[in-house]
Amino acid sequence: MGLRGVIVLVGLMGTTWSFNMTTIRPEAVSTDTFARPETTEETTEQGRNNPGLMTEDRTVHVTALTDTSGGVDSQTTEATVGCFKKGAVAEEEAVEDVMATGELNPSHYPAQRAAKVVQHYLNTRYGSPYKLFGLKQVHSGNAEDVADSGRKYQLDISVHEIISDTKENCSAEVFFPRGVKQLSPQVQVSSCEELLKIDANSEEEALYQQYKTNKTLRTEKRLPDSYGHIDPEMTPFWHLGIVASSFIMLNESTENTLYNVAQVANITQLTTENDQLKFDCHVLLHDMVSQEIPQWKLLFTWSPAGGVKVLHTEQLPHVHDCEKHPKTN
Amino acid sequence: MLSVVGLSFVALLLTVGALTLESDRAEYDYFKYHPMDEISSWMVQMEKDHPDVVTVVDYGRTYEKRTISLLKIGLKTEAKKKAVWMDCGIHAREWIAPAFCQYFVRQILHAYKTDDKMAAMLTNMDFYITPVLNIDGYIFSWKDSSTRLWRKNRSPGPSGDCYGVDLNRNFDANWGTVGVSSNCSSNIYCGTGPISEPEAQAVAYFVGSRKEDFLCFLTIHSYGQLLLIPYGHPNFTASNYDELMTVGQGAAEAIWRVHGKKYTVGTSPDVLYANSGSSRDWARMQEIPLTFTFELRDNGTYGFELPEDQIRPTCEEAYSGALHIIAYAHDKTFNGAAAAAAATLWAVLLAAGVSGANLM
Repeated sequence: MGLRGVIVLVGLMGTTWSFNMTTIRPEAVSTDTFARPETTEETTEQGRNNPGLMTEDRTVHVTALTDTSGGVDSQTTEATVGCFKKGAVAEEEAVEDVMATGELNPSHYPAQRAAKVVQHYLNTRYGSPYKLFGLKQVHSGNAEDVADSGRKYQLDISVHEIISDTKENCSAEVFFPRGVKQLSPQVQVSSCEELLKIDANSEEEALYQQYKTNKTLRTEKRLPDSYGHIDPEMTPFWHLGIVASSFIMLNESTENTLYNVAQVANITQLTTENDQLKFDCHVLLHDMVSQEIPQWKLLFTWSPAGGVKVLHTEQLPHVHDCEKHPKTN
Repeated sequence: MLSVVGLSFVALLLTVGALTLESDRAEYDYFKYHPMDEISSWMVQMEKDHPDVVTVVDYGRTYEKRTISLLKIGLKTEAKKKAVWMDCGIHAREWIAPAFCQYFVRQILHAYKTDDKMAAMLTNMDFYITPVLNIDGYIFSWKDSSTRLWRKNRSPGPSGDCYGVDLNRNFDANWGTVGVSSNCSSNIYCGTGPISEPEAQAVAYFVGSRKEDFLCFLTIHSYGQLLLIPYGHPNFTASNYDELMTVGQGAAEAIWRVHGKKYTVGTSPDVLYANSGSSRDWARMQEIPLTFTFELRDNGTYGFELPEDQIRPTCEEAYSGALHIIAYAHDKTFNGAAAAAAATLWAVLLAAGVSGANLM
């Protein structure tokens, strides 16, 4: 990652922006408010020099950082059907262009977002009603472009198994493929074995036996509820909902997302099939970058031996509230 | 005989008196989430309980015409005072933030009577604390379980079929340039123009008309465990970036000392995402030197629905962090050279007092 001393400020009309998201902050800065000499890429101060640009006639360029040079996937476009718009909200992508390469600052967002993907991966592979992984810390990271096919991150992180409260350091590689069609990231994890050997077998087996014989479990309540409360008896199913959601979060993750489960809206047990407990659930995800709440329905199975397997997923339309909210007080 | 009756009567009076006192002073539960009407009543009660120190100030209206109020807290003096700004609940779903503002008020009102340092701060500065800025949004998030994750205000979009502007993209600070959407359906919709929204206008007018007085501007959010410094636009760096980072890191350390929670310090574009039109950026552009966004607990496990049993520890650590910044600002202005060291030491002591034990 070379540093150029000179920045060229160009006021352009409606062209792409390039931003170099450097990861290392230069030390002293004396002036405020003016475009500071950042590094390498040209920057166009579109918004800053042309405050009048933001007119009634709004275009995609409001975000000013829309990269039209490929590699960016807008979310699915909207088809307005009355008040309900199909598909995800068409979002103008945030910074998408020259991302950090080489050694990464572990507390900056590129490493953090990649590490979150590792969390989702671990949950899909090893998560259960009694085993849930969280990202504890990123210790170091490295990113490099792989020809034109994508970008690879190497990370040293510590992972936390939440229920047993154990931590371990892991190494992981995350590859974000680039292309016209959005493909899922690929993850490889190493030196995490101790964490993955955590034994929750007896609890898992007990839960499995309890629910195997068709006891209808339905929860109307949101997990957690508005106050962050979860009924202790429901906690394993909250965990299951998160694990199942991790398949979606893993698939949907890019360098421009950061997913968490906002809430398991409901989870219903269906008839046991092939000795697997089967569930239907509705989850609300939260993407930190867009601040949106994508909603998904999932059909999945679980058993202690089989782990979580997702059979079917469906994204729900972004629901808008059309009714006027009367003033109440 | 008479004396026995008299004694009994006195005993009776004392008992009744004690019971009355108890019921009058049923303590507000700072460790539960409160709906807006309870918060409003609490504000009125704070003014009643501390009439010489607390004043409710109405300073704007929401889209749905509700009054936006803050608590002005300070000891009366003749001298010209400096000011501290704190707002909570600019995003409706971040319930832990209003809880923190209420806790913060309680703490400083308890502390100043016995703690010389706090008394000095309240003598030299007024604290302007808005427990809920986005009142319409907050009330909407309490409506039912389907509205709990609402973020924006409640002004109707241009075509009337979508609602809400992201107030933290609506301020006149590189407005509309980065990390925003022009689509009303988006949760980061920046509005029809800078400070198009009445809630943002209220802050801009109140703070703007007093901007020379303000030493620091703290805006409280969740979640993510971050302390964000200006600017949200990646091409702009604050002239006092180093100071902001140093003070921020001091605050993060103060936070960590309370319950061991790690908060990351940095600019938005570095540690989170680029954005424009935030209140913090606007405040910094008004030359208020120390402006921070607090993103409180947690890191995504519960997210916006932080369990009530985490309200207390979250508030305790955030209080320690906020005080570090405020004390620094105060000491720099009023004490001069030894300011930084003193502020750090004092923050440590106060944190120890708050947590009861955790001096590492």
